[in-house]
Amino acid sequence: MNANLKRTIEEAVLPPLVALVVALIVGDLLILAYGQAPSAVWRLLIDGTWGNAYGFGQVLYKATTLTCTGLAVAMSLRAGLFNIGAEGQLAAGGFGAGLAGLALPAGTPAFLAVPICVMAAMLCGGLVGAVPGALRAKFGAHEVIVTIMLNFIVLALLNYFVSAKLHVPETLHTPEVHAGGLPRLSNLIGVFHGSAANWTIVIVALAAVAAWWFLFKTRVGYELRAVGLQPDAAEYAGVNVGITWRNALIVSGALAGLGGINFVLGYKGYYEDGFSGGAGFLGIAVALVGRNHPLGVVIAALFFATLSQGGLAINAMVPKQIVEALQGIVIVAVATSVPEVRRILRNAVSKSGGQH
Amino acid sequence: MGALLFFAQTVRIAIPYLFAAAGGALAERAGVVSLTLEGFMLGGAFGAVLGSYYTHSAWIGLVVGVAWGLGLAAVHAVSAIRFKADQIVVGVAINLFTVGITRFFLQLAFGSSSNSPRVAGFGGDGVAGAAGFLTNPLIWMGVLVMPVVWWIVQKTTFGLRVRAVGEHPMAAASVGVPVNRVRYVAVLASGALAALGGVYLALDQHQFTDSMTAGRGFIALAAVIFGRWDPLRAGLACLLFAAAETLQIQLQAAQLIPSQFVAMIPYVLTIIAVAGVVGRSRAPAALGRTED
Repeated sequence: MNANLKRTIEEAVLPPLVALVVALIVGDLLILAYGQAPSAVWRLLIDGTWGNAYGFGQVLYKATTLTCTGLAVAMSLRAGLFNIGAEGQLAAGGFGAGLAGLALPAGTPAFLAVPICVMAAMLCGGLVGAVPGALRAKFGAHEVIVTIMLNFIVLALLNYFVSAKLHVPETLHTPEVHAGGLPRLSNLIGVFHGSAANWTIVIVALAAVAAWWFLFKTRVGYELRAVGLQPDAAEYAGVNVGITWRNALIVSGALAGLGGINFVLGYKGYYEDGFSGGAGFLGIAVALVGRNHPLGVVIAALFFATLSQGGLAINAMVPKQIVEALQGIVIVAVATSVPEVRRILRNAVSKSGGQH
Repeated sequence: MGALLFFAQTVRIAIPYLFAAAGGALAERAGVVSLTLEGFMLGGAFGAVLGSYYTHSAWIGLVVGVAWGLGLAAVHAVSAIRFKADQIVVGVAINLFTVGITRFFLQLAFGSSSNSPRVAGFGGDGVAGAAGFLTNPLIWMGVLVMPVVWWIVQKTTFGLRVRAVGEHPMAAASVGVPVNRVRYVAVLASGALAALGGVYLALDQHQFTDSMTAGRGFIALAAVIFGRWDPLRAGLACLLFAAAETLQIQLQAAQLIPSQFVAMIPYVLTIIAVAGVVGRSRAPAALGRTED
């Protein structure tokens, strides 16, 4: 095998493996502290996720949202920026989709209503992404700070709209959309019965392919990656770095916003306050483990979705919150071992006198 | 009397911000990003209740809370400094981890998913009693913490080293400053300080409730940035944000401004500050970078 490819694969696979081992050890300790047998709990986690159709459907549902937020973070990181705002962008996207679905008259045919709602979701997410993008391009404002702060602003704003203007009495959600709802997968594949997996998965799979094509097959995508690697060199080569940064954050926000349709159009049929529930922050983990590559993002999204759904599966034996702690540990371990693994592999190459 | 009550209420709300922002100012001045303040606070709050529950002593609770903060900060410091991991990623992860682990131990120790039983704490019952206010040692520590951190950063050799490794780590190293050791101390101190903010919250209410810090660590971070990474200015920002909250609580009956808009104030001001519309807020030059 080509030595470079081999090293790339090793660099991509080793850190998650290290993280998995660390998470298993800590998980064992926590399970033992709770007086249960680790092997039984882990088996239950697998059985409750990949072991039956309902559990697997739920994993697919959760992975769909996480793919969107993961793609969003990966897109920004490819441009050398860190979008921590996927949480707010996801919520804004869901709100946009819900609003569009409410505004459309009942009976609007799906071939019109679905694209309109999807566009509304991406537009709202992209709008939230445009704020840090424009502030970065115009004033050099650090996008990490702006996106963190914007999360709180967006979530508070949406909470205000829903609780003061749009909610169904006694709830924190809007009325059901009139048009644009997406059917569940169980309508087509009966065994998924009861799971929330829905046609969003097809739209998001297309978005992942489009993101790959954009990043690796188009000129603009090439420029975006060039800016991410060496902004000064890219500027010198004639790329407008500020505009590239702004556009990258808009696309990033739109991808996160797209994730909102999974809950709003595919699952509940309405926007509900707080539906994002941390999926935006987990998108950071998904992008990290997925090495900012769309295919890696999809795989990582499936992994983190399995953990989330697995928590529910094992809740009878140990508190489901154990998986939140384990997710945190996986992220720390991956982030910590990525640079270390790279150093070790490169040292090994230079010691053996191999090519690089 | 009204003004005095307003002032007292503002100080009460500001105390956790002041502790956490003091920690944030120290770590960020040393070049380490402080997204972790939220997690340190939550860990401190839970540790305090755990310690106080088992020993019936608020002081031992305080010590256990600080130990939780130090433990979490050690993870952050080792990842960021020894392994040069991305500080933002690790920061987000530590916050997620702390929410999960405190919920797990809440179940394990108290069999509840929402709150701990009542424990020994400081001061009055969480009501605005003047006596409780004055006898709570954490209030006095919180009022003093920013001036002390300012003095450390501006007037001591250690503070000079903190500023040096946050601005020019290579230059600092070339004149013999142990860059990594200074950063370790700064991050651990930030963990202990932010944890004290959480300890105050928990022991003032005499219990732990799930995710009780509710974003206060991020308001503290906003105060650090809005205060341009200067401890005294950051302290004033904490008081400003707390005053806005107090005003909102007092206006709540009148329903003049929706509470969500008041809650946005710190974040909006911070974005305006980093955009440099009214005087640029500039970060320490080596903030977030350990790959030297």
